[in-house]
Amino acid sequence: MLPPAEHVHWMFATGFLLLGLFLLAEAIVGEEVWRRRPWRAYLWPSFVFLMGVLMWPVMTFFTNSTIHMIAHGAWAQVMMLAGAAELGLVRGKLRSPLWRFAMPFAFLVSGVAFLVHEQNPWFFQRSSFLHHRLGWTMVVGAAFPLARALRPRWALANAGIALVFLVLAVALFGDRDLAPVFGHLSPLAGEPHR
Amino acid sequence: MSTHTAIQDVASHPRAEISSWRHRLIALLGPLAALAGVVWAIVQPYRVTLLHPHGEGFWWLFVEPPLLVVVAGALFHLLVARPLLDDLEET
Repeated sequence: MLPPAEHVHWMFATGFLLLGLFLLAEAIVGEEVWRRRPWRAYLWPSFVFLMGVLMWPVMTFFTNSTIHMIAHGAWAQVMMLAGAAELGLVRGKLRSPLWRFAMPFAFLVSGVAFLVHEQNPWFFQRSSFLHHRLGWTMVVGAAFPLARALRPRWALANAGIALVFLVLAVALFGDRDLAPVFGHLSPLAGEPHR
Repeated sequence: MSTHTAIQDVASHPRAEISSWRHRLIALLGPLAALAGVVWAIVQPYRVTLLHPHGEGFWWLFVEPPLLVVVAGALFHLLVARPLLDDLEET
């Protein structure tokens, strides 16, 4: 009854798409208008936290090697950390601006986890290509949350984070075992599952 | 006409213009996302399993990426963008 791994990626892609839309909307209207309704201030940080929580069952049921398990566990932990830090800052429970660095830290760790746990080159198979693409997107994209941590009200940094999430969503939606482009490129990649 | 009113007019005009652009962008985000899903379904109909549902299991019928994009766009528009537009109008 477990969904195929591709479907889990697509569900997370939907989550990142929504996250991107939330952050883009906040960047467009500005923090003041965005936080006019209290629930909206908590919307995307709680969403990040929830996605981190949901990453744990993915780690438990969908990883078939230690390195995959560690990577998924790392994503779960840093997403929960970044979401919780942002929630604490919004609520006022956390006062130190240093907590804002939880988000760029999460981006960096996530990107490195993608790159480290993919042991094949870019064009080995579709998933390898996506892992490299996702990893570098996160590592380079960490510049945006870093800029936001240094200048919290800078709309361009918020828009940049939103765009990184949208790029992640597109890449995750593109994850398929069998596809006309970048399906199985290497004969060593094994039989397609579907 | 007093000087005070003239200064107010000049200052409020660009602000109103920016507000109008923000309004349009927020109103467009959700529909654009949903439209992207529809275009995707047309370009890659094989990714919508409902169009060829023979012998497919539950997950292949439940999780269909282009439809997820349409649903995400619609949900964002209804639950987030609309209340946000109301708040934007009040500013």
